[in-house]
Amino acid sequence: MGAALLEVEDLHTHFLLKGKVVRAVNGVSFSVQRGEILGIAGESGAGKSVACLSILRLVPNPGRIVRGRILFAGEDLLAKSERRMRELRGQAVSMVFEDPLNSLDPAFTVGDLIGETLVLHKAMTMRAARGKASELLRLVGIPDPDRRLDNYPHELSGGMQQRVMIAIALSCDPALLIADNPTTALDVTIQIQILDLVKQLRDRLGMGVLWITHDLGVVAKLCDRVVIMYAGEVMEHGDVYAVLKHPRHPYTRRLIDALPKLGRPEQRLLPIDGRPPDPANLPAGCPFAPRCYKAKPECRDGSVPLVDTGGGHGVRCLYPEE
Amino acid sequence: MSLANPPLNEAAPARADVDPTAEQRMFRRPSEWRIFWEAFSQDRLAVTAAAVIALVCLSAILAPLISPYDPTVGDNNLRLAPIGTPGHALGLDGQGRDILSRLIWGGRVSLVIALLPVAVATLLSVFLGLIAGFFGGTADMLIMRTLDVFFAFPAVLLAVAIAGVLGPGMLNVMLSITIVLVPYIARVAYMATVTVKNELFVDQARVCGARPRQILFHHILPNTLSPVIVYASTLVGIMIVLGAGLSFLGLGITPPKPDWGIMCADGRNFLSVAPHVSAVPGIALILVAMSFNIVGDGLRDALDPKLRK
Repeated sequence: MGAALLEVEDLHTHFLLKGKVVRAVNGVSFSVQRGEILGIAGESGAGKSVACLSILRLVPNPGRIVRGRILFAGEDLLAKSERRMRELRGQAVSMVFEDPLNSLDPAFTVGDLIGETLVLHKAMTMRAARGKASELLRLVGIPDPDRRLDNYPHELSGGMQQRVMIAIALSCDPALLIADNPTTALDVTIQIQILDLVKQLRDRLGMGVLWITHDLGVVAKLCDRVVIMYAGEVMEHGDVYAVLKHPRHPYTRRLIDALPKLGRPEQRLLPIDGRPPDPANLPAGCPFAPRCYKAKPECRDGSVPLVDTGGGHGVRCLYPEE
Repeated sequence: MSLANPPLNEAAPARADVDPTAEQRMFRRPSEWRIFWEAFSQDRLAVTAAAVIALVCLSAILAPLISPYDPTVGDNNLRLAPIGTPGHALGLDGQGRDILSRLIWGGRVSLVIALLPVAVATLLSVFLGLIAGFFGGTADMLIMRTLDVFFAFPAVLLAVAIAGVLGPGMLNVMLSITIVLVPYIARVAYMATVTVKNELFVDQARVCGARPRQILFHHILPNTLSPVIVYASTLVGIMIVLGAGLSFLGLGITPPKPDWGIMCADGRNFLSVAPHVSAVPGIALILVAMSFNIVGDGLRDALDPKLRK
């Protein structure tokens, strides 16, 4: 492996609320190679989205990146000026949000919305941007793009809107695409189309993709590697096949057990008892220990290190599954 | 990324048998104005009200051409002559001046007194509301708390006080109405800005690398305009009444220039003998003020895409 496209090291992003410190992201490390799709999976509130916003340095107030290093193509993003970050956003690193309709400004047509980023970063004229916007719409599989350019976002279907979002994200040939749950608002048939589209675009354009989801099915279908997050920490990471087929962390295991399985309708789903810890009041030791079926007293004192178990597979557990 | 690659999903190939221009014509989007007009024209009442306003505006603009008499010179022999007097369709007032002529000329003053301050106040308020709402913090505190101080006074009382201090005159009336209006419209602009600021598409613009200035004027401003314009248009009617009220109290236009407020005031002494002297300008006032309100409501419905079919 050469130098990674994106390298996040020991990232801590905290929110300072009324004297309390909410530890949303608590020492997270991961990397994305060129042409690789990395999935970040975990329950709601595991800190996935905050970690991604940290990469763009767009953590909403009162959030602060308190520690860590974010290297993008060798550049330390946390040391960059706001001006340089603005140049990177949308150009080198772009992001797609979960909710396409609300992410598209209702006051503008699709063509204007795509053109805006092009005008901003590529110093194109609006006329030239329109031509490129039409190409982009074709690229993301929207039929009859020239006519769609004059549509307003609310006139498109959810799948179309998400394609427009992806077109905007791709407009300046980004090296890294961050996608925050972009298929949750879509039904499964459209979801598959979008996943296939992203895979094809990755193959064709060679960009790195960071895909946030809470759907392990999506991870299995799309990603090369996966990071499982819980309470702001990485619990397990590795090849998708290795992690999903042979999970070594009890949390990953329980996540997979909680999924319904085809062909075994008689089997009850196994929910994980309890709820994630309050990020303002994290327990000492392993954050999953209070809900873990094999927790021992030593799990609760002292933080548990992330141990590499070989083959790029890492687990943060004192008693990993075999 | 090379876009020279073949497209992933081939768009439907152009059919040779269909004239492309004909197809384009069939699917061409109606213009924004057309969409707006189609929605607005559904509302019969609003269209009627708009027609009333157009008529009054037109007569105000054309006053020198269509006014039958000089509005400041009276005919002593026909004082307080009733409606329908030959040559004077709406009668004459206490000094023998033709009421129709005064109504036409007075409309000029009343409209300017309402429209100009509303326009100026809207510009000013949108600016203040945007700054306060977008930047928050100190800017928010400073601007909105200052406006709250103005807000604390009843609008009419404040207008009377300001006009009283500045002295009578058309410019002073407009100035006082502007000052009274700013806190109201700024509040609407502020609320709209705060709502729009937290929309996801603002984050989206940030993610695309937009500068704060760009986000403010390109994304937030257009999305706050519609509620502000609607609110401002409903205020015009009330401001006509307020302007007339100030003139009625002697704080506005100086006689003998006509203005609907002064005309109402002039008729007070003859209410029992010649009610039409006050009633005619009064009815004109109510009619126009109501029309502006109705048009404002119509605009709101027509501009809201959610209420469109």
